[in-house]
Amino acid sequence: MTKTVTKQKASPPTSLPKCKTGIPGLDEITGGGLPKGRPTLVCGGAGCGKTLMGIEFLVRGAMLHNEPGVFLAFEETAEELAQNVRSLGFDLDELIEKKKLAVDYIYIERSEIEETGEYDLEGLFIRLGHAIDSIGAKRVVLDTLETLFSGLSNLAILRSELRRLFRWLKEKGVTSVITAERGEGSLTRHGLEEYVSDCVLLLDHRVEGQISTRRLRVVKYRGSAHATNEFPFLIDEGGVSVLPITSLQLQHKASIERVSSGVPALDAMLGGHGFFRGSSVLVSGTAGVGKTSLSCHAADACCQRNERCLYIAFEESEAQLLRNMRSIGLDLEPWVKKGLLRFQVARPTMNGLEMHLASIHKQVEAFQPHLVIVDPITSFLSTGTDTEASSMMVRLVDYLKSHQITALLTNLNHAGSVLEQTSVTISSLIDTWLLLRDIELNGERNRGLYILKSRGMAHSNQIREFLLTENGVQLTEVYLGPEGVLTGSARLSQEAKEKATAVQRSLEIESKRGELARRQQALEAQIAVLQLQFQTDKEEMERDIASEQAYLEKLEQSRHEMARSRKADSNGLPAPTKKGRK
Amino acid sequence: MRQTTTESFEKRVANHSQERYVLCLYVAGLTPRSTLAIERIRAICERYLSGRYELTVIDLYLQPEMARLAQIVVAPTLVKQSPSPKRLFIGDMTDETRILQGLQIVS
Repeated sequence: MTKTVTKQKASPPTSLPKCKTGIPGLDEITGGGLPKGRPTLVCGGAGCGKTLMGIEFLVRGAMLHNEPGVFLAFEETAEELAQNVRSLGFDLDELIEKKKLAVDYIYIERSEIEETGEYDLEGLFIRLGHAIDSIGAKRVVLDTLETLFSGLSNLAILRSELRRLFRWLKEKGVTSVITAERGEGSLTRHGLEEYVSDCVLLLDHRVEGQISTRRLRVVKYRGSAHATNEFPFLIDEGGVSVLPITSLQLQHKASIERVSSGVPALDAMLGGHGFFRGSSVLVSGTAGVGKTSLSCHAADACCQRNERCLYIAFEESEAQLLRNMRSIGLDLEPWVKKGLLRFQVARPTMNGLEMHLASIHKQVEAFQPHLVIVDPITSFLSTGTDTEASSMMVRLVDYLKSHQITALLTNLNHAGSVLEQTSVTISSLIDTWLLLRDIELNGERNRGLYILKSRGMAHSNQIREFLLTENGVQLTEVYLGPEGVLTGSARLSQEAKEKATAVQRSLEIESKRGELARRQQALEAQIAVLQLQFQTDKEEMERDIASEQAYLEKLEQSRHEMARSRKADSNGLPAPTKKGRK
Repeated sequence: MRQTTTESFEKRVANHSQERYVLCLYVAGLTPRSTLAIERIRAICERYLSGRYELTVIDLYLQPEMARLAQIVVAPTLVKQSPSPKRLFIGDMTDETRILQGLQIVS
């Protein structure tokens, strides 16, 4: 993985002076460029880009750093060379006209040559020296010096002359690039590395699974720290680029700004505000769980904020995506027309991984999006090995992070695979990981969403049911109860059941209340009757008491009267009255 | 009278010993090696091509542009411009047999 590189270009003032190549990425991995005023050997097999790297070193030197250069071509004529690099946007003729570049084609044909004694390569020295002096060149490319070995047979002379040539180049103070063909078991076929020992770059062109990748490695760099890994590099319409090498650093800014996911309920689950800007979000799940729909929501939300979104799709065409999203009530077409949403649709196998990465880079550079969606990243697996795909993703995520671009990646999990695992093993890079999963229950399949992780925010630990409705993605609470987790119609029926039970209960309560009231009424009525009866009894009894008393009084009275009438002695009379005793 | 190719060829073969040689010797400075080469080629020319050769000696240090124009890499280099085919002889011209063979003076 490219991430292990830690050597930086922070160089002490006494360190080797360097000459910037201007080739994107190469200066970073060499810690600032090639050794200034010294020769550098670029070796590699046929067709791996040695000549191109050499010519680009000169062209960029002339254009960016105002350092004229001499190209000594042993294999192609100046016209052929100009023609070959015109497709890369380099106009050699114009540079030659401006005296920024001199191309000298050296022709050696053994069949025309008779060796008649001792000789030296002074002719070459004079030509090179003349070319350097005529334009004040600071850079020299010799492509490919080894042709001399096939043209001249006296190896002893040749070797000593080459040694002299490199010494001479150093004395001239020009930064030179010497290309050489890769040999069997050695860096170069004729052992040029013996003479050029300051800096050696090795180019390689490998085809794996019908997809070719170019790689570059700094084999040796005397007196300087350098990256030691193999770096993929590209040759495209912009020339050579060793890209991206952002993973050399891990110093992203961390934004606290939050951006909506486009699904309010999901924002709520993510601590209420959605994703962090510039974070990497992974949506993983098996086929048909709604990864693309969720991505499109995020795209929609992005465009609603008046920000640009780059959607890299590997599975569906733009038209198909737009149509499908319309079915869930998401119309993305206005955003496309407004220029806020751009689709980049490609077959994954169309390019090698590095080409993909480079084209994403280019798109990002050109479009300056705020959100990049890659749907799905698993497609990269079809174009490379696991390690390559994961290294590429690391660099992509790194690149986007360093530019504060939110990355939304989808990952297709294959049925039966471990869900908490991405196919390209980038989980450790991911800040927010949403997992969409099927929940199979009672003969139906429903979607569930939960947040596996979300760095730096309080997030929900709940599973939500994920619904694709006519109004887009909606998240509902799943049924969590004594019966377990229920989704879909099971949830609905459970909810209905619960509702019915609740209604039943409330009815019962109602009737019990009625009963209570009735009972109270009955009781109160009874109390009233009893009170009435008591009242009646009381009155009756009082009446009785009164009449009894009256009777007693009457009796007394009549006894008195009787006594009076009998004129009886009061002695013989019981209970004499006061009157009688007198 | 129109000559056929065969006739012209036969004529040239017959006149071979009469053909003029145009030679150019490129040297890098007047080093001992250069001097040696100049001396030797002059001697050879005088002995075998007397009266029918033209030898120019060019010092590349004085005319560096000539190195590019004449495609010179090695010094000293003797270029046989005429008769065709063009041949290059490199070195200090000590190997007389090879020179004579290359100049088609002897076979």
